[in-house]
Amino acid sequence: MTNPAQDNSDHILDVRNISLSFKGVKAISELSFSVARGEICALIGPNGAGKSSLLNILNGVYLPDSGEIVFGGEHFRQIHPLEAARRGIARTFQNNALFKKMSVADNILTGLSRHTRTNLIEQALKLPRARREELDFRERAESLLEFLELQSYRDIVVGNLAYGIQKRVELGRALVSSPTLLLLDEPLAGMNADEKAEMTEFVVSINRDLGVTVVLIEHDIGIVMNLSSHVVVLDYGCKIGDGTPAEIQSNPDVISAYLGTVQQRRADEPVH
Amino acid sequence: MNLFIETFIGGLLAGTMYSLVAIGFVLIYKASGVFNFAQGSILLFSALTFVTLKESGIPFVVAVGITIGVLIVGAIAIERLLLRPLANRSPMTLFMATLGLSYIVEGLAQGLMGAQVHPLDLGIEDVPIFIGGVLISQFDVVAAITALVLVAILALLFNKTRIGISLRAVADDTRAALSIGINLNRIWQIVWAVAGIVGLVAGMLWGARQGVQFSLSLVVLKALPVLIIGGFTSIGGAIAGGLIVGAAENLAETYIGPFIGGGITPWFAYFLALAFLYVRPAGLFGELAIERV
Amino acid sequence: MTLDVSREYDVQPLWLADRKIGWGVPLLLVLTFVVIPLLGNEYWLNAIFVPFLILSLAGIGLNLLTGYAGQTSLGSGGFMAVGAFATFSLVTHVKFISLPPALFLAGLIAGLVGLVFGIPSGRIKGFYLMVSSLAAQFFLEWVFQKFPWFYNYGSSGTISLPRLDIFGFNGGSSIGRYYLTLVIVVALTWVAANLVRSHVGRNWMAIRDMDTAAAVIGIPVDRYKILAFAVSSFYLGIAGALWAFAYLGAASVQSFGIARSFQIIFIIIIGGMGSITGNFIGAAFISLLPLALDYTVQSIFSGHVDAGLLQNIQKAIFGFLIIWFLIKEPDGIARLVKTFGERLSAWPLRF
Repeated sequence: MTNPAQDNSDHILDVRNISLSFKGVKAISELSFSVARGEICALIGPNGAGKSSLLNILNGVYLPDSGEIVFGGEHFRQIHPLEAARRGIARTFQNNALFKKMSVADNILTGLSRHTRTNLIEQALKLPRARREELDFRERAESLLEFLELQSYRDIVVGNLAYGIQKRVELGRALVSSPTLLLLDEPLAGMNADEKAEMTEFVVSINRDLGVTVVLIEHDIGIVMNLSSHVVVLDYGCKIGDGTPAEIQSNPDVISAYLGTVQQRRADEPVH
Repeated sequence: MNLFIETFIGGLLAGTMYSLVAIGFVLIYKASGVFNFAQGSILLFSALTFVTLKESGIPFVVAVGITIGVLIVGAIAIERLLLRPLANRSPMTLFMATLGLSYIVEGLAQGLMGAQVHPLDLGIEDVPIFIGGVLISQFDVVAAITALVLVAILALLFNKTRIGISLRAVADDTRAALSIGINLNRIWQIVWAVAGIVGLVAGMLWGARQGVQFSLSLVVLKALPVLIIGGFTSIGGAIAGGLIVGAAENLAETYIGPFIGGGITPWFAYFLALAFLYVRPAGLFGELAIERV
Repeated sequence: MTLDVSREYDVQPLWLADRKIGWGVPLLLVLTFVVIPLLGNEYWLNAIFVPFLILSLAGIGLNLLTGYAGQTSLGSGGFMAVGAFATFSLVTHVKFISLPPALFLAGLIAGLVGLVFGIPSGRIKGFYLMVSSLAAQFFLEWVFQKFPWFYNYGSSGTISLPRLDIFGFNGGSSIGRYYLTLVIVVALTWVAANLVRSHVGRNWMAIRDMDTAAAVIGIPVDRYKILAFAVSSFYLGIAGALWAFAYLGAASVQSFGIARSFQIIFIIIIGGMGSITGNFIGAAFISLLPLALDYTVQSIFSGHVDAGLLQNIQKAIFGFLIIWFLIKEPDGIARLVKTFGERLSAWPLRF
């Protein structure tokens, strides 16, 4: 199986020698990897390994100290979140950055806010152009509500919903603007087994049916190995593994980072 | 030059009055995270209670004692009926609640004790005295000394007594304080009572200056610029902020006022605070909160 | 990305999308435009309905800024004053200008002033922002008292209009003032409803709920905050002008002091922040409660209660209500009504 990183023409995202530090503490060191178009790439690693920071760099919330990102053929080190969104990068957040007092439909509609072409007066007087745009936005939101099976929650205030449903709403908000790259920050965190299975299904169909490339951070190794075709492992800000799930699972560096050094096993314990 | 020094010092001294009010705010904010809009009403209420008692012939010290008693009861009531039901709500909600509280306190105060102006005689004459060739108001000096004494007492309270240390623990980290068994509700009651007493002192001084009347409760609004400049979370900051605002207001009125019509004290401090916020969004001694997404 | 939008989705027509509209609105319009003027006497029209309508309008103005966009403001009174004094200046100094365009222009001027005092909102957040609206409030109070040009050098500092010229008609009669107010309030309510159901309203609410997230998903936060201040002040300005000329007849800056600002805040807390109908409920409350209280107390104590005491009792009750609402139903009466309505529609199940 060819290493996804070799086939340059099919890369949607190239991370090249990215470094980032906070007040002297190095969060990411010389990180490089590539993501192929249409794949699901998982970023895994112990806590504090720098994974969230990398996502923040990708959509412009953090500025790396050095290195560059290549996305869709364009190079950048610093990018404004608005610009990142415009180029087709969308993301969800660890702490569910939803608008808690707005309805599900309205939350998803905010994802289209920056696409508006109408001004204040047109909206204030409900002129035809404003009506048409609003209808168009609502139809796009509606199709996403159906895709994510959220229709029955359409008018419910998001703050009143179960955590798993909220996470789906956040997905909807990220997807409504038709991104090409979706960054998911721990999409399965805090869910029980059923919710995880459901969410995984959605990630799969987003990737398969909508053709969105996915980069996700996740701690549930079992799910990650089934879900993704490409895994990148970080530890203390450095890349210690990059390949298919099977390759990663047998990588000794990865195993020792997660489980402690192999030598510390008891002599009579079988090696898996 | 003399005019400048006089205006400046006069402003500083007047500023100690602001500091007193601000200290009451800081106490409550530090301990319970609430921006207590009702501080002004409590000021009015306590001053009004004291004055009414005194006018009916009760001696000074007894009147003070009874007023303090009423304030303690009030603090307990506020903690039970307002703070506890709203314990986990947003700061804005709590602030609006104190707005409502201010209306209750004012309605009660003036309903029970009348809306007319009560002169308050503390036995301090507002005569000008000369210090080093500069004209200063004797009243202002007494007010400043009182403020200093009050701060010293509070400092003693916070550093040397068990209650005081518990208060500081709560202000520092509420959850940690809870987990070592500090009774949060009791602490809040104490803090509000102490703030009420500070308000009483401030109310008595302000009342002696301009009579005990409704506008006393609006003094709370002026505390906002004071706290912005000095920070919400330290008594030292409250003092510094009060002095700065007092001096700046006085200087502005004297030097800028005549050019634009005078009477700029009602609004000058707010613009000062605005300008300050542009440069230092967290105040002189305050802490900046970082929001994580 | 291939999202199939070619299908016809069951998206409700926009004017039905909000359940509050429907048969209720035409009925209300008939009621207010036809029934009330026919049945009402002068007292009810001018002492009850007109101030109620104007306070509702002011409530809408503040609600857009505070309830929808989440920016606290204590300056409502000041912006109302701008509208009133601007209208006065326009009518006094510009020949042949009729009242409605003067009101509109005055609203724009108030909006501009609001915009200026809203600029700090880009840099300053939360409580600290209050200092900007307080600066506005007290500064504007000072301006309209200190500079006699604003009240045309009248000795008492009050402003009034000799006649309410509505495109040639004299709107000064009690019916005239009622209809002037009603038309303006209905029109501006419609505009506000349009705004809150559009991307403008959604952007405001997003900023209110989590402005950092709003910025990250591409909403121009600073611009929309300032816009909220401007639109809000536009509404408040027109409300102020109506208050001075359609209700009071003559006003000075005293009518627009900090107490007025608090009154408008009460309206939106009691009525419901983040709601349009809530403002009407809140204004009704504020207008009618004193009357109801007056009536009850006077009939219980047969008229022996001093007016001042009554006012203080009313004040204490207002304060109590604010706290009660914040504890029990922070979204105001509007939410209570909505919940009740939802339960009614599920009747006889789970009532």
